[in-house]
Amino acid sequence: MLITGGNRGIGLATAERFQATGYRVAVTARAPQDKPPKDICVVQCDVTDSVSVDNAVSEVEATLGAVEVLVSNAGITRDGLVLRMRDADFTEVLDTNLTGGFRVAKRVVKNMMRKRWGRIVFVSSVVGLGGQAGQANYAASKAGLTGLARSLAKEFAARNVTVNLVAPGPIETDMLAALSDAQRAAMTDAVPLARLGKPAEVAAAIAYLASEEAGFVTGTVLAVDGGLAMG
Amino acid sequence: MSDNFERFKNCAVDVLSVDADQVVMEATFESLDADSLDLVELVMALEEEFDVNVEEEELDGITTIQGAYDLIVSKI
Repeated sequence: MLITGGNRGIGLATAERFQATGYRVAVTARAPQDKPPKDICVVQCDVTDSVSVDNAVSEVEATLGAVEVLVSNAGITRDGLVLRMRDADFTEVLDTNLTGGFRVAKRVVKNMMRKRWGRIVFVSSVVGLGGQAGQANYAASKAGLTGLARSLAKEFAARNVTVNLVAPGPIETDMLAALSDAQRAAMTDAVPLARLGKPAEVAAAIAYLASEEAGFVTGTVLAVDGGLAMG
Repeated sequence: MSDNFERFKNCAVDVLSVDADQVVMEATFESLDADSLDLVELVMALEEEFDVNVEEEELDGITTIQGAYDLIVSKI
């Protein structure tokens, strides 16, 4: 299985979980020095570059075999209010978070369809459902993943490839560590379960969607957000 | 039968999981149980095998082995 952006945060927690349950796991990281702390196979990959994606997946295939489970998780933020957001801030976030997901899924799905079995899970976000002031680019990219995933779900349903999304709320990761204490406190207050989520809790949801048991679940968005997006 | 058709046939057998004797000129993709995804996959395999490039719109109206074979051969 392959996890993009797996050297930290939700991606790393997902890699650890799958590795612990016997999967052969590879993660991608943008820079070669971004090694995950544990003994996890890492390949260098820039998801904004199709050639880099192709090379990375080929390397994984040569080392571990064909990718049967893809967790498309690589993402960046470039926060700012719309009036202050440069076009490049918008398009670069889209290129990584949304188009990057497309590039990787396109590369691995061919083998899945040939095998008549595959699992793709996109890591979206609660802000893709509800929007977020200061994150127009990020929210647009995460909402876009829903349309991408559901279209893939329909295109490849006949080949027994399921495609789903998880939509994490505020999770204790580096991405959130970049915010101020006041911002984090405000987020926690907005969550009905009144705390931040743990990366492992998102990994558990991903593990379910990637499991054999989830074979009748496709095109769904599974929120892991402490109830934030309800209603 | 030409060498080109043998190569074409090998691709079809491989991608569509059919027997070689089913891949005849008059066979329709429907009769081979091939859906639109199969057709796309076959064209991708043929593009690689024959080092040609097929545009999406050129596939419109192609329903038989003959149609697909003629299209590929016209590009070699």
